[in-house]
Order: sequence, then structure tokens, then C-alpha cells
Amino acid sequence: MGKDRIRVLAVASGGGHWEQLMLLRPTLAQYDVRFATTEPAVALQHGVAGAESLPDCNQNMPLPSALCALVALWIVLKHRPKVVLSTGAAPGFFCICAGRLMGARTLWIDSVANGEELSMCGKLSKRFAHQCWTQWEHIADGERPRYFGAVL
Amino acid sequence: MIIVTVGMQLGFDRLIKAMDALAPGLGMPIIAQTGKGTYRPRNMDARDKIAPAEFEALVEQSRLIVSHAGIGTVLTAARCARPIILMPRRAGLGEHRNDHQMATVGKLAERPGILVADNESELGQRIAEGLALANWSAAQSPTARQLHGALAAFIENRPL
Repeated sequence: MGKDRIRVLAVASGGGHWEQLMLLRPTLAQYDVRFATTEPAVALQHGVAGAESLPDCNQNMPLPSALCALVALWIVLKHRPKVVLSTGAAPGFFCICAGRLMGARTLWIDSVANGEELSMCGKLSKRFAHQCWTQWEHIADGERPRYFGAVL
Repeated sequence: MIIVTVGMQLGFDRLIKAMDALAPGLGMPIIAQTGKGTYRPRNMDARDKIAPAEFEALVEQSRLIVSHAGIGTVLTAARCARPIILMPRRAGLGEHRNDHQMATVGKLAERPGILVADNESELGQRIAEGLALANWSAAQSPTARQLHGALAAFIENRPL
């Protein structure tokens, strides 16, 4: 199968998480990539048209989190990606869970901002995603999380 | 044009004052986003806040960014391929709760396009070095190349 036939769902919340996804864009662009974010207007400014919209949420917001999980499942059902990956945060984690349920291979790339320890969603992703990567070598433990460089 | 930013949450007057003193000698307009600081610059176009869309447009027009060591600004600079000078906040001077910005600059120094001024006395020299940088991008860093390679391998289901 040609590279451009591999469907990838790439997810990030607005702000620094999205910035990191954009830094990975030259590689993502080789595939049939679909984006999802909490701030589609910012995505559009960055030249990403048609990004799926996710409601923002975090672990202290049970109701918005439940809604976000449903929307994540809907987006995965709509696009049927082979690969789901996220640079954070909670909405991306929900997409990874939904992707895993639907048989996609899933990757969590923890934010480069987390230089001391993995984020909360990063720790959860050690269990729920196929791969969990940190961007800091000293946080990697060889298996979960692993280290394969950084966006910077 | 040069953009100075200290984020929205806290002031960082030590950086703003130092840039205000350097501004007349830099020979280009300087726009400063001063956050919750109290010092009023005389030689720069200063604003408390700059909305994200406007900040983005200003970065596109700029030659250089001077910033506190906030990772969000570092990432914006990398995406827009602008050199960035980082001066870390110090907890001992009441500029932050802890010294994590010191740790951040320790880890980011030496990466392409990122220059570190440990304190205000180094700012002028780092700005001159930043303005002289040409033809670099974040993607050229060895760690970025490694991540892009691993990402492609994961997506294509090749061994990592």
C-alpha cells in the first residue's frame, strides 16, 4: 500500500500541543492525514482546513470529558484511521482510546513541556496506547515510555 | 522587527527593562508583550497582552523573538522558523514559583535557532548572534530528525 493510502488521525488540543503536531506535519503530510483539535480556527490559520472539532476537557471535568469521549469515538468511526496519534492532551487521549477500540495502531507522544515526568494522560497512555513516547531521554525507561527524539 | 514576550500569567520586568535599554541601539522597531509587569517601557511599543492571531501575524513579520523560557513561545518560534533568545525567570528574584525555566534552558540550549541569555548582561550579544542566524530550521536538529524518522516507521508499521 502506498504511503498516501495510510490513513492517520492526528490529534492535539490548542496551544503548545497543537504547535508540536504542526512541527511533525512534514512527516504526517506523506500520509492520508486527518487532523482533530479543540481549536479548528487556529488550525485554519496554520493552513489546516477541515480539522475535526473536539470539545476541550480535562480530568477534573467529568461531563465535558464524557462528551469529548463520545465525539472522539464519532471522529474515529467517521474516518476509520489505520493509525491514531496525539501530542496531547485529554481529547487526544480519548481519540487514542477510541482508535484502539476500532483496531487502529495508536501512539502517544508526550509534550516536550513535560521534562520532569510524563503528563497524566501520558501515564494513562502507557496502558492504553500501543506506544508511548517521551521527548526527554532521561524520562524513558526503555519500554514505556520510549524515547525517539523531540520536535525541537 | 523584534518581538519581546513574557507570557500572560506573570510579569518579567527584568527582561522588559533590559530590552527597553537595548532598544535604541538595535535599529529596528520592537514590540513588547509585558504581561503583568509594572515597568513602563519608553523605547518599545508595549502592550499587556497580544491576542494569539495577532501574535502569530507579528511573528511572521519579525526577524527575532526574545522571550522568557516558556515552551509555548519556543514552539511557535520553531514552527515559524524564527530565531528565539530565551532568558529564564529566577525563583530567587520572585519571577516564578520555582526554577523550572532554568532547567528548560539547560536542556534547550544548543538546539537550532535557540539561544540562551542566562541574564540581562548577555542579551545584547545573544540578539546579535540571533540576527546573524540564517537558513536554519527546527527540523534540522538531530533530535527532530530522529523523531520524524521514528514517526514514519511507526505509521508504516516498520520496526522502530
